[in-house]
Amino acid sequence: MAKKTPGLNTGSMADISFLLLTFFLLTSSINTDQGIQRRLPPPLQENQEVPKMNQRNVLRILVNMHDQLLVNGEVLSDVRQLKNITKDFIANPTEDPHRSEKQSKYIDDLGENAMVSKGVVSLQNDRSTSYAMYMAVQNQLTLAFSELRQEYSQQRFGKSYDKLTETQKKGIQKIYPISISEAEPSNYGGKK
Amino acid sequence: MGRFKKEGKKDVPELNMGSMSDIIFMFLFFFMVITTMRESSLFVVIQIPKATEVQKLEKKALVSSINIGRPNQNHIKRLGPEPRIQLNDQFAEYTDIIEFVEAEKQRRNELDRTMITWSLKVDEKVKMGIVTDVKQELRKASAFKVNYATRKDITK
Repeated sequence: MAKKTPGLNTGSMADISFLLLTFFLLTSSINTDQGIQRRLPPPLQENQEVPKMNQRNVLRILVNMHDQLLVNGEVLSDVRQLKNITKDFIANPTEDPHRSEKQSKYIDDLGENAMVSKGVVSLQNDRSTSYAMYMAVQNQLTLAFSELRQEYSQQRFGKSYDKLTETQKKGIQKIYPISISEAEPSNYGGKK
Repeated sequence: MGRFKKEGKKDVPELNMGSMSDIIFMFLFFFMVITTMRESSLFVVIQIPKATEVQKLEKKALVSSINIGRPNQNHIKRLGPEPRIQLNDQFAEYTDIIEFVEAEKQRRNELDRTMITWSLKVDEKVKMGIVTDVKQELRKASAFKVNYATRKDITK
């Protein structure tokens, strides 16, 4: 005759399930927003003078109503080329007189001098440019700056940018600030 | 007739009700979580663009969203296909942004007010005109910290 199986003690089952429940409650975060972050400039004052900039220090990016790109007067067929153009313009490794100037600056977070580019990316779009295109351009620009920071970090500290301390990151952010200036959009696409 | 005679009393085993409370609690928690996380429902259709360089927003409590897109099926007949702005639970014009920013700042305590991130959730097919108008209003309202909501593009 088969032995009668002893009843399982289910008393601790509740504790286990609560433990699991609280674990998942704490660790899960329901769709956190993600995206590309930017800082808008404060509004222009009435009598504020627009600072004059040397032509070589400005990378002019125009996006027209058909989502076509013009970079410093040249048509760019693929938005993905923009990353390298921006990197070359800001870093200017060959000291090209048509690309941005550099200036030695004291970076207090790093406690040393570094060459900081005077270059500014000027981005102008049309009111009829599609948002998708605008974001593609912004994405390329972000990529360019983050790669520059990454390269500097590898060169200077031999580490990946993510692994640096907060002050080191701040220092590098001062060497390669995201200097994008957005001009008032044109309105060739017609209606407001 | 006597053929179906009752078998000797076979006990129906008792059901164990001990775990019932756990199940009920699970349900309770599930619905608690679901109800608090529900966002205000969208009236506009938004397919946010893809990007590779996305950053996660840190504090969800310090994010206010501005939605821009075409009105969805329930509203498109009344409003037409032109892109609209949705703030909280209603349609708005870009001139309402300043008021919205003030209201959202009032909701937070004083220390956090400059830390609010303004998340622009914009449909990728929308033209830049309306987005620019919104950005100009945000600048006027000194709401400078902006996030352009994007999806992570996995195919690189």
